[in-house]
Amino acid sequence: MKYFRIIPRLDIKGPNLVKGIHLEGLRVLGKPEDFAKLYYKNGADELIYQDTVASLYQRNNITELISKTAKNIFIPLTVGGGIRSLEDIKNILNAGADKVAINTAAIENPNLINKSSRVFGSSTIVIAIEAIKQKDGTYLAYTDNGREYTGVEVIKWAKDVACRGAGEILLTSIDREGTGKGFDLNLIKKVSDSVSIPIIAHGGASNPQHIADSINNGADAVSIASVLHYSAINHNRVLSHKYEEGNTEFLDKNKSVKIFGNKNLIDIKNQLIDHNIPIRHFK
Amino acid sequence: MDLAIIDYKMSNLHSVREACKKVNIDCEITSKPEKILDAKIVILPGVGAFGEAMLKLQERDLDDCIIRFFESGRPIIGICLGLQLLFESSDEFGSYKGLGLVKGSVKKFDLQTINDVKYPIPQIGWNKIFKNEKDWKDSLLKNNIDGDFMYFVHSHYAEPKDKNIIYSTTLYGQKNFCSSIKFQNIFAVQYHPEKSGENGLKIYKQIREAYL
Repeated sequence: MKYFRIIPRLDIKGPNLVKGIHLEGLRVLGKPEDFAKLYYKNGADELIYQDTVASLYQRNNITELISKTAKNIFIPLTVGGGIRSLEDIKNILNAGADKVAINTAAIENPNLINKSSRVFGSSTIVIAIEAIKQKDGTYLAYTDNGREYTGVEVIKWAKDVACRGAGEILLTSIDREGTGKGFDLNLIKKVSDSVSIPIIAHGGASNPQHIADSINNGADAVSIASVLHYSAINHNRVLSHKYEEGNTEFLDKNKSVKIFGNKNLIDIKNQLIDHNIPIRHFK
Repeated sequence: MDLAIIDYKMSNLHSVREACKKVNIDCEITSKPEKILDAKIVILPGVGAFGEAMLKLQERDLDDCIIRFFESGRPIIGICLGLQLLFESSDEFGSYKGLGLVKGSVKKFDLQTINDVKYPIPQIGWNKIFKNEKDWKDSLLKNNIDGDFMYFVHSHYAEPKDKNIIYSTTLYGQKNFCSSIKFQNIFAVQYHPEKSGENGLKIYKQIREAYL
């Protein structure tokens, strides 16, 4: 049997959980540790922390958050953002992460994939691919949250990273990210048909049907953010933290986002079971 | 210190330590043979490549240390790569010799497609552990139930020569592989109990109950 994984993704900026659209225009949603705890309790199969500014400023200050998380949450944690060397990977793993997600550094220096998978094991190395669909229907890989053009063709790159020893591909559709319009199924199918390693689909989910669709098109796991965060906000608002930095207007004004409904992880998992998708039951 | 977590500089030791702490086991991450030989229980964890791991164990004289600990009759717990290292050999990135405490070898999964569903390698994710004729009540699985979900991350699985030491099996595609073994003072698992939520913490709790 193969059980598909549902992986909440938390985009981190400084001390805050943030969320944007197309990975841009980040708004503060709360404290990542509150969201992580709730998702663990509700049956998350893994968690992803993405440090949204690390790559831009080439800094890595997320280790403290990783250590805090690892004390209470006993499911796998993947951490991405600004990881550039074997030393960076070691530090992230030592802090308590189980896997690292690498994008920019892998494109700039593909040998890092070979080296790191040899040293830390393939399954520790997740290659993040941020895809943007081109006018001619092909997909190109971008870096720095879809800001930087690389000219690298996604399918070719996916095959290459698998060959070099990557354990998984975290495949983001920048076009769909944060929109709630559903995954780019064509992208998922193309990539999963061309490699044998697991694909984590990311970008666009707003309901369980979207998740079922992505799985039926070859995804082994899905990473979801907005659909969970906006439902969790109401849960977490009662915790009423003070936010020192970032764009907190969304929280301050008590806004909500209608498109994402109000489904928590338990609801989503139950609906996937109704769709006959094998996933981990959670009591 | 009751429990030594063996550090050979390439592993997810933090999560193992946090799980031990969660169930109040006094533990320490160490690569010093004298400290390890002084512990009541040893955990050999593991994430990474077999060959690289054996080299790093040897560089630190930890291979001999683990064998001596085993011969003393105290409990050794192997996790993931830590289970595989206890066997005689593996074919990960070439052929490598293991610690040889358990007879058998480590093999790589074949790629399978069943009813249009691809089974990727590595297997990454949750899967069920099933009883293999053995009663779990005299093992660290005492508090777990048949079909419990555990978290797996591996491309390889161990194939013991003596099928009698297999305590649980797990089905990946059509491959039914060994996911827990108990052999003399060794208990080892292919999955990561420290990453398997409450099901996994039951195993850590049982380490304390059974051995401390």
